[in-house]
Amino acid sequence: MEIPKIIGAGLVVIGAGIGIGKIGGSAMDAIARQPEATGKIQTAMLIAAALIEGIGFAALFAVN
Amino acid sequence: MVFSKKPLQFIIAALVAFFPLISTANPTVDSTNVAVEATHEAASKSHETHGEAENLTEEQKADAERKAYIKHHLMDSHDFTLFTYGGEEHPTHVGFPLPVILWDGGLHVFSSSKFEHGEAVAESNGNYYKINHHDGLIYKTDAEGNFTEDEKGHVTNAKPIDFSITKNIFMILVVGLILFLLFAGLGKSYKKNGSIAKGAGRFFEPIILYIRDDIAIPNIGEKHYKKYMSFLLTIFFFIWFLNMFGLTPLGVNITGNLAITASLAVITYLITTFTAKKDYWGHIFWMPGVPVPMKFILAPIELLGTIIKPFSLMIRLYANMVAGHIVLMSLIALMYTFNSPIGSPLSFFLAFVLSLLEILVALLQAYIFTMLAALYFGAAVEEHHHDHAEGHEAHH
Repeated sequence: MEIPKIIGAGLVVIGAGIGIGKIGGSAMDAIARQPEATGKIQTAMLIAAALIEGIGFAALFAVN
Repeated sequence: MVFSKKPLQFIIAALVAFFPLISTANPTVDSTNVAVEATHEAASKSHETHGEAENLTEEQKADAERKAYIKHHLMDSHDFTLFTYGGEEHPTHVGFPLPVILWDGGLHVFSSSKFEHGEAVAESNGNYYKINHHDGLIYKTDAEGNFTEDEKGHVTNAKPIDFSITKNIFMILVVGLILFLLFAGLGKSYKKNGSIAKGAGRFFEPIILYIRDDIAIPNIGEKHYKKYMSFLLTIFFFIWFLNMFGLTPLGVNITGNLAITASLAVITYLITTFTAKKDYWGHIFWMPGVPVPMKFILAPIELLGTIIKPFSLMIRLYANMVAGHIVLMSLIALMYTFNSPIGSPLSFFLAFVLSLLEILVALLQAYIFTMLAALYFGAAVEEHHHDHAEGHEAHH
């Protein structure tokens, strides 16, 4: 694998990691504020995480 | 939950707990001699790079064998091999052959046992066919089974149109049968027992209600959700069961196949396009609420968006499944690489934990696919309620 491909793949993973991390953090803040809404918040968090992961994977396949 | 005897509960809990472990029961030697071919490839590559003849080290051979093992687990196959044993020279395969159906001017139907796991040339009505080891496709060859290759190494033999029942298609049929029996039984039990579910299907009743109340109705709306319920339910359980089958030691990888996820995405796209109301197309080509120059810019972007959304559905499911399988298989192969009392149990433990994550991903991907499909359907049948508010304000 050439260097640009490796750097590109690394950037994609960093981006996906930061995105999902921010979503997880906001979800935890929200659950801390309102524990009775945990179910809805968890659902929304998983949906957003899966969407970001989708972009991440698509980019990884495009790189390779 | 639904069982009342304590030992039975314990046995079922133990089975569920050890479910991820059984995915390690795959062989290291595959059934189509891909390992031998891969070592030949590795040898020729090393000849090119080093420019002199040298013997393959044990490490390179093992490396090529691992790559072939991983690749074979991900690819489709024309026979259903459960596992093989007996070494590389004379392996014994346990499994059953599947029918091969080719269209090559005439119809050729024969059992894949004629291919003898990719080694022999099959003869049918005067034509000879052989499976190519590198891509697993059937080509038309002469009586000895020679492949003609061009400069880049691509095979230039003629390819018949392949309608065979391969491993993936067979598994799709099996899962379809399971779904049909399970839910037909559940439906019948409602009639017999006065709208209370009985039988194995009653585990799925809360899931079905969840899909209706939390996926379909919020996204599609009370008026139109019933039209789409059958498709959403089918998609959810189909993808979920296929993903779970991919984690079993059967060695099938169905949703990790671009063709299958593509057909699911195409069906979603067709349903969205053909059940869409006028407002849907109005929003795409002439987006209300933005200045006119923006409308011209948005129109091609929105049109592209209708194609990209099902495309992302396809890629998301495919990539999640393939990536999960590759990582799992690599970890299991890592066990054999380390060959040490510390490294191997650690990688086994890591593979076990990852299998648990893969079970969650199986369910999550089915849920995401269903939810996004419901979202797209909801956008297609959305009622027009923009101008009424402005009209009321003008009156008052």
